[in-house]
Amino acid sequence: MSVLISKEKKVKNKEFHPNILCFCCNWCSYAGADLAGVSRFQYPSTIRIVRVMCSGRVDPSFILEAFKDGIDGVIVTGCHIGDCHYLKGNEFARDRFERFQKTLKLFNLDKRFRLEWVSASEGKRFAEIITEFTNQIKELGPLRLI
Amino acid sequence: MEKIGAILVIGGGIAGIQTAIDLADSGYKVYLAESTTSIGGVMSQLDKTFPTNDCAICILAPKLVQTGRHENIDILINSSIEKIEGTPGNFNVDLTQRTLLLDHNKCTGCGLCAQECPIEAIDFFNEKLSNIAAISVKFPQAVPLVFSINKEKCIGCGICKGICKAKAIDYELQNELISLNVGAVVLAIGFDEYDPTPLTQFGYGKHLNVITSIEFERILSASGPHSGLIIRPSDGIIPKKIAFLHCIGSRDRKHRIEYCSSVCCMYTAKEAVIAKEHMNIIEPTIFTMDVRAYGKDFDKYIERAKDEYGVRYIRRRISSIKEIPESKDLKVYYETGNGKIIEEIFNLVVLSVGMQPNHKAKELARKLNIQLNEYGFCKTETFAPVETSRPGFYVCGAFAAPKDIPETVIEASAAAGCVNVLLSEARNKLVSKKELPVELDVSNQPPRIGVFICHCGINIGGVVNVPSVVEYVKTLPDVVYAEDNLYTCSADTQTNIKEKIEKNQLNRVIVASCTPRTHEPLFQATIREVGLNKYLFEMVNIRDQCSWVHMHEPEEATAKAKDLLRMSVAKASQLIPLQEQEITVINKGLIIGGGVSGMSAALNLASQGFEVFLIEKEEILGGFANKIYRTLENDDIQEYLKDLIKNIENNQLIQVFKKAKINSISGYIGNFTTNVTYGNNNKNVDLEHGIIIVATGAKEYQPKEYNYGKDQRIIPQTEFENILFTTDKVKTLNSIVMIQCVGSRNEEHPYCSRVCCSEAIKNALKAKEINPNIEIMILYRDIRTYGFKEKYYNLARENRVIFIRFDEKNPPELNIKNKNLKILINAQDLGELEINPDLIVLSTGLVAPIKENEDLAKMLKVPLNEDKFFLEAHVKLRPIDFATDGIYLCGCAHSPKDLRESIAQSNGAAAQAVKILSAEKIVTSGLVATVIEENCIGCGSCLEVCQFNAIELIKTERTFEDITMTIKKSHVNPALCKGCGTCGVQCPNSTIIIKHFGFEQINAMISALLVQD
Repeated sequence: MSVLISKEKKVKNKEFHPNILCFCCNWCSYAGADLAGVSRFQYPSTIRIVRVMCSGRVDPSFILEAFKDGIDGVIVTGCHIGDCHYLKGNEFARDRFERFQKTLKLFNLDKRFRLEWVSASEGKRFAEIITEFTNQIKELGPLRLI
Repeated sequence: MEKIGAILVIGGGIAGIQTAIDLADSGYKVYLAESTTSIGGVMSQLDKTFPTNDCAICILAPKLVQTGRHENIDILINSSIEKIEGTPGNFNVDLTQRTLLLDHNKCTGCGLCAQECPIEAIDFFNEKLSNIAAISVKFPQAVPLVFSINKEKCIGCGICKGICKAKAIDYELQNELISLNVGAVVLAIGFDEYDPTPLTQFGYGKHLNVITSIEFERILSASGPHSGLIIRPSDGIIPKKIAFLHCIGSRDRKHRIEYCSSVCCMYTAKEAVIAKEHMNIIEPTIFTMDVRAYGKDFDKYIERAKDEYGVRYIRRRISSIKEIPESKDLKVYYETGNGKIIEEIFNLVVLSVGMQPNHKAKELARKLNIQLNEYGFCKTETFAPVETSRPGFYVCGAFAAPKDIPETVIEASAAAGCVNVLLSEARNKLVSKKELPVELDVSNQPPRIGVFICHCGINIGGVVNVPSVVEYVKTLPDVVYAEDNLYTCSADTQTNIKEKIEKNQLNRVIVASCTPRTHEPLFQATIREVGLNKYLFEMVNIRDQCSWVHMHEPEEATAKAKDLLRMSVAKASQLIPLQEQEITVINKGLIIGGGVSGMSAALNLASQGFEVFLIEKEEILGGFANKIYRTLENDDIQEYLKDLIKNIENNQLIQVFKKAKINSISGYIGNFTTNVTYGNNNKNVDLEHGIIIVATGAKEYQPKEYNYGKDQRIIPQTEFENILFTTDKVKTLNSIVMIQCVGSRNEEHPYCSRVCCSEAIKNALKAKEINPNIEIMILYRDIRTYGFKEKYYNLARENRVIFIRFDEKNPPELNIKNKNLKILINAQDLGELEINPDLIVLSTGLVAPIKENEDLAKMLKVPLNEDKFFLEAHVKLRPIDFATDGIYLCGCAHSPKDLRESIAQSNGAAAQAVKILSAEKIVTSGLVATVIEENCIGCGSCLEVCQFNAIELIKTERTFEDITMTIKKSHVNPALCKGCGTCGVQCPNSTIIIKHFGFEQINAMISALLVQD
């Protein structure tokens, strides 16, 4: 897995347009993204959404796969704790990614990954999170693997 | 006269929606008449819901969509009832559908018209706190998603008409008269919020910073006038100190609103908590008389509001408010315990307004010949809580009485349950079922993907360069056809898609347009009509994720649309047909508990022709109701119970098992087997059934407090009731003290038992009736006579029953000196008091039978809450079902409740059960998990995360040469699996396939995210 170690190389290139993979759960955050659309909340065109039924479906291997391919950042979004359509899927996601974050830290990738809760009414929040995460990835610069 | 298998539901709030879905799912045609332009009602306006802080629109929107696309529900928006004639089972309805000045069948909801409309109108959905265009949609998630023109504001400029690509706008459209033939009518017209303008002392409408709770609800909402930013009307500044005033338009006899609105205590606590969550600097103060947190888990919420969020409660009713002219802050005056007047300044005052009868209630009642009660709500009887005075007409929700959402949902299902009984012979007569061609076998074919890309008028096409996306998509692997459409969702495009599938032999279809959450089922149905499995479909959302959120970056939006399509094509080539499981249903029900709830549910099912097994642990039926004689409203419970038991025992379809014990329950929805031992001879039987209703009730708390059991003069309410109704003993007594909340709202039982306040008042009134000179004191913490029960609280006070409030930290103390009973109480406002009663009556709470519930919960594999009551699937919108399909819940097994509420919930449970029992076969989703057995190591990790008990470890014998050993393999029951996919991640061997969202499919999307060089 040594190939996954990211070299911290700050690119002061304003033109850098990161590629970010975003997982959304069908019931809350995907609906939140829809509401951002309906409400015309603008955010950077950096994310590509993959819809899953539940944040509990997102396998940490997907995140590794993405980084391996050179995707600059990954964000997993789900229902707020307590709101899960499947009762506890988001709690499992939380527990897994808390552990996974430590693994990512070893590869210096932890800042390129994030887990967030977005409800179906939080269109604005969705847009804000994406804007903010995009800025964070821009700060980090393009993913370079050694 | 022939019975008609159709129902008219009047009112499209959560009550009407739930009734409509329940009935449409049970084989009836439903007409849902709504007076505004969208269903959703008041719930759609709410920000969050108590006591879970669930987002209201998040949980409501899926129901709206479900209603909107249900093949057996016709939504008639903007309509009003003219007249209804006929007899139960067969009514003729005339209703008027007012014109929207556009054709709602043509309107695609694209919203272009609203963007161009030059005229502003008031946004009533936002409680007049903001403006919208004169052509608008009620709210973004509206169902149906159609626009309407505000006739008063429209200047007829014609801009919208010119711009509408769907050609929906027609100023000449007239009102339409519609005639319907239905078997029953359900009234669910809801309520109005109280308008506090007449209460001039609060200055609503005069002082800018005095607002109502529903206005505050919109302010809190992320989709509200300030996007969830809490700012006050006068100057747009964040109000630091907010005062909430309870009982505005409730419990106010001066203004002839005697009843309690039942919900304000809780929604106020919620608004205070959410405000604090939004902005920590806010300091909420709630002025209240009693805190009526009587529902399931409500008291815990109030305690959290106080302890965690620092919400300040002051037990005072505010007499008046003055505005400070310069700052527009508000001076609030209230009295302290010692008579001192305090003046406190707040930045914002929120009036917690009560529920009033709908302003149309009177006229509708007159038109339909329905009786209203003394307060103007629909009149109902205790033992028939959802029946109106006119046979064949039912009622649910706030039109019957003020109530919260779960109770509304319960009643909505109950109304459906009663309609079922009336119309069961007409079931399945008017519902439509589509005949579909045999599915094509595409398993050996290479992928042939067809892509349809939508302009959505100019919603997408105005930003995204759709033709260039079409050209790009054509270059992608496996894509054999691509085209663009003005509206891919329109009816003519569906025909076109089908033609293109056949002509190009497409075996995978992608639509790039809006959101799959609303439109996927439509396209899935389209491809299924030409023989493609509906799971060979993918949707790409290039409107909400491209054109609308990158409006000013057309190139970026176009590039993103191409990326999303490339990812989708990669996934589509990995799609395989999925099979939906058909399960045969045993159409018999098992009901656990032979109290009023269980018996009501049993009778409901049996009267529709379904066999019922009724399990009772005691020797007699009747449960807790055996101990009570009258309701607070003076209905004769024993008479009712006698009839009910007679009806049960005489019913051929109901088999009663007394002295019964359940030993095991196995199986799943449609096919359960339960082993029961019963009777004096301990006979054993296996019962097969399709559904289970849990109606096990609650039991009376056995007090450890107040010397109970050691002194005959200290008795619980039930024993006192027995004395009252069977003896004259009360005539010999001079004074009685009743102590409330014995065994409730304490550390051991941190919930309110809901019924004790009413029981105490009922018995006090009865005692006064027998012996008018008797002195009765009720020592209480809060009097929780919610709804119309408030009347009896007032009546008790008029009859000189003395109510003395104590603080939870200082409960009354009992001293027995020289055989005399002595109660010491530190009363609020009155100081230390000593009372010497002849009799002490303890208002003991209801508790869950812990051991029995735990055993049963284990067998059913359903959860209990912290207090050991059964935990429903969703506190707000699924109060009758468990997360496990086919198992339902009613009565006090759910939480303490009175007879009326128990009867309603049991009819509701029956309505849910009938959805299954009335179907010969039920179909489950194809989106499930499945285990590749040879790689499964039988570790059981997947079992631990599955919340639906869908996975079991099956032991099998394997022989390896000479050795035979038992090995375990996971097996997913597709009937129980909900397809969340959590087990697939948990599996250490990655050997669980999450269909449609499998490793191949998701990894294909990830690999396709970046353009490969």
